[in-house]
Amino acid sequence: MHAFLSSLARIRTLILKEFLTLLKDPKTRFLVIGPPIVQFFVFGYAATFDLDRVRYAVVDECRSPESRELLSRFAGSPTFRLVGELDSNQAVEDLIDRQGARLVLHVPPTFSRDLLAGRPTQLQVILDGRNSNVAGIALGYVNAIVAQYNAERATGIVAAPSLQAVGRAWFNENLRSRWFIVSALGGEITAVVVLLLTGLSVSREREFGTFDQLLVAPFSPPEILIGKAVPPLVFGMMDGLLLSTAAVLWYGVPFRGSILALLTVLALFMVSVVGVGLFISSLSSTMQQSLLGTFIFLMPAIILSGFTTPIENMPGWLQIATYANPLRYVVGACREIFLHGATLPMVRPLLWPMVVIAGTALSAAGWLFRHRME
Amino acid sequence: MNPADPILAIQDLHKSFAGKAKAPVAALRGVSFAVQPREVVGLVGPDGAGKTTLMRLAAGLLVPDQGSATVLGLDSVRDTLLIQGRVSYMPQKFGLYQDLTCQENLDLYADLQSVELAARPARYTRLLEMTGLAPFSDRLAGHLSGGMKQKLGLACALVKSPELLLLDEPTVGVDPVSRRELWRIVGEMVASEGLGVLAATAYLDEAEKCQRVVVLHEGLKLAEGEPAMFREQVRGHSFAVVPTSGTRPRSIQARLVGQPGVVDATIRGGRVRVVTEGASPQVMEGTFPAGMAAEIRPVEPTFEDAFMKLQADTQDATAARTAPSPAASHSPLPASDSVVHTRGLVKRFGSFTAVSDIGFDVHQGEIFGLLGPNGAGKSTTFRMLCGLSKATAGEVRVAGRDLRRTGSYARQRLGYMAQQFSLYGQLSVTENLRFFGRAYGLSGKRLRTRIEWALAEFELAAHRDDSAGLLPGGYKQRLAMAASLLHEPDILFLDEPTSGVDPLARRDFWRRINAFAESGVTVVVTTHFMEEAEYCDRMLIMSQGRELATGTPQEIRDLARTAVHPDPTIEDAFIALAEGTAKPSAPEAKP
Repeated sequence: MHAFLSSLARIRTLILKEFLTLLKDPKTRFLVIGPPIVQFFVFGYAATFDLDRVRYAVVDECRSPESRELLSRFAGSPTFRLVGELDSNQAVEDLIDRQGARLVLHVPPTFSRDLLAGRPTQLQVILDGRNSNVAGIALGYVNAIVAQYNAERATGIVAAPSLQAVGRAWFNENLRSRWFIVSALGGEITAVVVLLLTGLSVSREREFGTFDQLLVAPFSPPEILIGKAVPPLVFGMMDGLLLSTAAVLWYGVPFRGSILALLTVLALFMVSVVGVGLFISSLSSTMQQSLLGTFIFLMPAIILSGFTTPIENMPGWLQIATYANPLRYVVGACREIFLHGATLPMVRPLLWPMVVIAGTALSAAGWLFRHRME
Repeated sequence: MNPADPILAIQDLHKSFAGKAKAPVAALRGVSFAVQPREVVGLVGPDGAGKTTLMRLAAGLLVPDQGSATVLGLDSVRDTLLIQGRVSYMPQKFGLYQDLTCQENLDLYADLQSVELAARPARYTRLLEMTGLAPFSDRLAGHLSGGMKQKLGLACALVKSPELLLLDEPTVGVDPVSRRELWRIVGEMVASEGLGVLAATAYLDEAEKCQRVVVLHEGLKLAEGEPAMFREQVRGHSFAVVPTSGTRPRSIQARLVGQPGVVDATIRGGRVRVVTEGASPQVMEGTFPAGMAAEIRPVEPTFEDAFMKLQADTQDATAARTAPSPAASHSPLPASDSVVHTRGLVKRFGSFTAVSDIGFDVHQGEIFGLLGPNGAGKSTTFRMLCGLSKATAGEVRVAGRDLRRTGSYARQRLGYMAQQFSLYGQLSVTENLRFFGRAYGLSGKRLRTRIEWALAEFELAAHRDDSAGLLPGGYKQRLAMAASLLHEPDILFLDEPTSGVDPLARRDFWRRINAFAESGVTVVVTTHFMEEAEYCDRMLIMSQGRELATGTPQEIRDLARTAVHPDPTIEDAFIALAEGTAKPSAPEAKP
């Protein structure tokens, strides 16, 4: 009992010391709050798949009321922005080459004649395929406008088409990609902050020689581990909750799930990230090494989290790798909670992998404290 | 420039540094002196005296607030580039590229100094030969020992044959053999190339070898002259107290330190060397029991005696030093007399054997020294003792246990002070003390009492709220020691505690260690200052991972006693042992 109490006292001392050193350093204070806010706005506003004001040009070889009617639908759409009317194929080539327009609409001379005669006709769309993603989405928008044009013309002449796909998106009714991105930001951004805080914590002490001082003192490795883990955990929770609240209040992302579920997910996620950070830090002998290690982990971890690109699109072997990535679970769970309205039992399958990751990483870090020494 | 002109003329130099939200610190307050061609001038003074500032001003790296530094007839501010082409400056930590080989470092500095390609091979050969680095020219600078690094630094500084060489504490942390070599190289260069040298140093025996010495103190020039002149000033003030057999010189020394009228008391060659205020040994009467001393006889003064007297005359405040109040009680250790016990200790890093077959015992209340140059394996041995490193083979027991396997309880009785300052720089003095106090299980009233004790004992009270990282060097050392003693340990491990500390602070430091040992604390200490070995009860001298000799200071000195050298110091003995001219002690001679 006495041993247990003195152990608790030592952990408390260590936690207080960690808080004190973190908060006394103006750079750390800034690191905890500055970059998360900047990233919150950068991700929220800049990371969007929705195309807006796509630059396009037209080559209208028909110059008929019908062609003008079709093209005016593009001009009137907020999705598209007309940058020029061209009169030659050479001009089209030039414009696309210098990225003056994402796409060019080419109306052939026979357009209105064929249309009025009831014959099928074509609208040629020339796309800049260098950014395949943008080209694909832009083509989708063009098809939507053309389909609508067809539908409206058809109603006047023949019976309505028998098969029609009616889209109705659940959870994100307008398919706004901002909801998709911002709902997971609480996990994503805090992962960076927590990794930097913990990644440096052991290696800094090793570099300044204070770690030896800790090892010689009566601290046991688990005590050091807990003492080192708690402060970044607290900062991480703070950031995670702040960003999640801001997602609702600033970007208007719905919060449909349970707060308890979010708290549990974030807490377990922080523990696993702290584990990874401490592991990297104990493995490094200098701060430079641990900083490098942190970034080597971070880049693939973000890509493999499904934050921006769906995990199902990845090849099978890479999908397996994502199971070891704590970010995968927090991203999934956050979206479930925010958009789907998940409660604690619903996210349970995403919780235990984080517990496993945290346990493995923390034990490895604790073992390294004493063994990563010459 | 007239050949008779000084190559360096310092005129009424002032320089202060603005502190953060504090009054500016005056580093230099009107210093003037000159260095002539072919002259070696020593610059001595305690930490914070302004030595480094003066060096940097002379090298044109700083702009003086007032006054001027004239180098080779050129003004250090207006003609900085011209000066820097003709002067070599070797800062305390020379900028060697650790990932380049010795040869590549030399090439780099030769390129930077635009040394002609044709002149290089001859210069390289000479420098490498002088420094003894020729066999290591392909080795990475980062893999050299401390002494070799300094020699390579000096070689790089000399690669262009400068007219003035500025050396800022070139021998800090360097073993005696390498120190001698460094000074020999400097001497040879002065003789063959006629350069002038200004060398700041913390070793007073080195200052003695200079032609002239300038003593700085808190930014002022205290004195200037030839070493002989300094010695004459204290003639008749220096005495040696010879202890009776069976009396530890330390016991006499501890009683003399801080007595009114006693300027300095140190242990040298088994005797207590005393410098008195007046030219008479009378002040010593009654300070120690008469039975302890066999004889008190006047001795030849040294520069060090004069330096200590100068310091004492200037700062009366610190003269009234009280003996420390050591920890009141110590729980007796387990019956086994040997507190630290090692046998056949081996440590290998890959194919390199850092420590080979080291074995010794340390008894309770003993001060045990691990001596040897940098790279001898002292720190590696030390880290194995503290449980910070795993022995490849052999046995380590501290208080009967292996520290790598024991729990918190055993470690609670140890104090550890690392080689480099290793407290939390961002935390204040009290915050550091509180943390380490609590780490060792102190709390409440007892913690507060101990912190107050530490602040008073180590004279840290004025700095209690300052960040530890911003403390001056000597204070950092004191804080580190205070932190390791807060919990009144039974065993104290000190790794190079006096490295980079000025002579005054070093005396203070040993005064405290002695007091703790007298009160029953067992002390294991590593040092490369050979004269400090005199404070140890017993010592182990190491070189290249092996034991050279073990024994009391007396026994070690006896090893080097010859007809030519009837009265060797520990340093003489070390050099004799290292060079193989003295034979190590036979194992059966061990106590």
